[in-house]
Amino acid sequence: MTIGSGHSSLAPLPGPSPRGRFWESVMQWAISVDHKKLAMMYIGAGLIFFLVGGIEAAFMRLQLAQAGNNVVDPATFNQLFTMHGTTMVFLVGMPILLGFGNYLIPLMVGARDMAFPRLNAFGFWLFIFGGLLLYFSYVGADGLYGAGTAPDVGWFAYAPLTSRTFSRGNSTDYWILGIMVSGFGSMTTAINFIATILCMRCPGMKLMRMPMIAWMMLVVAFLVLVAIPILTAAQAMLLFDRTLGAHFFDPETQGSAILWQHLFWFFGHPEVYILILPAFGFVSEIMPTFSRKVIFGYPLMVAATVGIGFISLGVWAHHMFVVGLGPVLDSFFGATTFLISVPTGIKIFNWLGTMWGGRLQFTTPMLFVTGFVAMFVIGGLTGIMLATVPMTWQLSDSYFVVGHFHYVLFGGTVFGIFGALFYWFPKATGRLLNERLGKWTFWLLFIGFTLTFMPMHISGALGMPRRIYTYEVDRGWEIWNLISSIGVPVQMAGVAIFLWNVVRSLRKGEVAGDDPWDAWTLEWSTSSPPPEWNFDRIPTCTSARPLWDRKHPEDPDAHYE
Amino acid sequence: MTALNATTSNVRLTAPLSRAKVGMACLIFMESAFFSAFLVTYLYYIGKSPDGPQPLECLELNLVLINSVCLLSSSITVVLAVRSLARGAMGAFRLWLAVTILLGLEFLLGTGYEWWGLIEDKGLTIQSNAFGTNFYSLVGFHAFHVLIGLILLIGVFILSLFGFINPARDHQRVDVATWYWHFVDVVWILVFTLVYIVGRVPQGAPA
Repeated sequence: MTIGSGHSSLAPLPGPSPRGRFWESVMQWAISVDHKKLAMMYIGAGLIFFLVGGIEAAFMRLQLAQAGNNVVDPATFNQLFTMHGTTMVFLVGMPILLGFGNYLIPLMVGARDMAFPRLNAFGFWLFIFGGLLLYFSYVGADGLYGAGTAPDVGWFAYAPLTSRTFSRGNSTDYWILGIMVSGFGSMTTAINFIATILCMRCPGMKLMRMPMIAWMMLVVAFLVLVAIPILTAAQAMLLFDRTLGAHFFDPETQGSAILWQHLFWFFGHPEVYILILPAFGFVSEIMPTFSRKVIFGYPLMVAATVGIGFISLGVWAHHMFVVGLGPVLDSFFGATTFLISVPTGIKIFNWLGTMWGGRLQFTTPMLFVTGFVAMFVIGGLTGIMLATVPMTWQLSDSYFVVGHFHYVLFGGTVFGIFGALFYWFPKATGRLLNERLGKWTFWLLFIGFTLTFMPMHISGALGMPRRIYTYEVDRGWEIWNLISSIGVPVQMAGVAIFLWNVVRSLRKGEVAGDDPWDAWTLEWSTSSPPPEWNFDRIPTCTSARPLWDRKHPEDPDAHYE
Repeated sequence: MTALNATTSNVRLTAPLSRAKVGMACLIFMESAFFSAFLVTYLYYIGKSPDGPQPLECLELNLVLINSVCLLSSSITVVLAVRSLARGAMGAFRLWLAVTILLGLEFLLGTGYEWWGLIEDKGLTIQSNAFGTNFYSLVGFHAFHVLIGLILLIGVFILSLFGFINPARDHQRVDVATWYWHFVDVVWILVFTLVYIVGRVPQGAPA
């Protein structure tokens, strides 16, 4: 099966001198408009920010390991949790997931590139410079405590904490501008996704034949187009407040602090679906391959995805139950939040249905997506608990909430990302990641993750608030915090092994070939890595599994459509 | 392999949608979300400025009505320009495009003149109160988008002067560019209604 393969370019091309070759290749990447190169830069930059955000988290856990610890001072602690949250959402989750979308969408729908390749490059560089602008605050920004103050207002930047009165200097302005710039990048990428999926599909690739991931990315792109502009608008208002003396959010001058919360969470809740839906896509691609079955209930999966997209726009005030919105609004947003568990539950059961009766192969990607389903269910259940208004009154702003959203964002999104990295690494580089090291990564991450985040539910239920930099001895929180902190080095070991795995496999990993997993979607029909033009001949397809049809001409899927 | 090459009946070979149209539609969708945040915020703050200049005493309709007529009629002239281009009548195309640009310029200059009066005579600034904050933000962001649309149209105009616009090849591209101009007009209808009609209620009687 060597259909549409381009030349294999594993060996470096001979060049004039090592130095000349180095700068040449830097230039090649810097000016590239190839969706695959941009995607790898997205994912690489996202992984670097992942390490930075992880180090910030590690410092927080070190500080909280014991009562009355003094590793970092309170001001630094505020900066740590602000930068950790902002980094993980905007500079890790978004770019890695959009990066995978960039890599996979054209290959999966049988196109030679994205609809607007130059816009694509523009979006990537906006993201990078937005991220660098945010991190420049560590050296360049002024704050209450002098120069070199990173933003310290929380990733949600609640008013009036962000007003000139309470946030001196310009660290909050760095937060606004950095996120705004990288937000523009996300929006251009979303436009590209929609145009590519709607206009660039190969002959025969009807919408209902697209790989699930393309559907997920389509819905995500629409959510980006609805949600990110709201954040941009709110940030523009905040910028006017801070620099021009406007009165949007300052309660002392008839502004409304609650308005910021509404605008921020109208962005913020779709944002968590922007972060989880692509991971749903990874699961929906990886699970069928390693169960050796078609995905269970494809049309329902599509409907559930679109349903989640719509409902996610109507649940934002469940972040605001303790504000005092009144019983009517509280009930409404509680009810819509319960409602969203229906399409999500459909997905969970469809994945279980995919595994049911399949010939399961527990390779590393499969381990990660199986872990994803289990951990996401736990995070979803605590989500249902938190959708119950009186429970939120009790648990809001406690470590229970921290535990909840790390179960969906780490146990969900990050596990999905690792599964995807192991699954598509051979396509992008031509070499497989090492399975033995991969299994070490999975089990260390899984155990470390559970050690860190499971006890947070207990310490939260015992009343430990979020965002405190230390606590007293007699609260009964010590053991749970200690266990949480012990989980950190375990996770770090897992990530370190992963990085070693990448470095090692790039040089001497097993050569993958076009289709190492015997999969069914179009990206596996071209060479690994694919040529710049993706396909020598634009493929055609007659079913949702074009590669199955080619491998089994005697029993093509088209017979069952 | 045979399944690949066989042209089966359920393989459609035509591209259904134009990338440019989908891209522009997405941009407009995104901008609508952006403006909806400012519109809702404006609505929320109507009647919530106890001190400082009030909408009823600051905003006068005569100048803004002229501006609105200019901006809205520019939507018609830009349609005439695109139709001329589709016919291949380059002279008429340039004429109507120039009229559109002039009408857009009138709107921007008129808005600037109105703001000058508000700042100098009425003492309304972005710092005055919630009304000033919202008025300058919403109307200002709209004017900023008119400016973007104008730059787009002026770009097309300059290209046509140097003969880079080929009617057969480009009339659909120019058409897509003018979608943005229509969008800016539609936003103005909402802004005008909210600011100059709904928003000019007397103090103490929120709409």
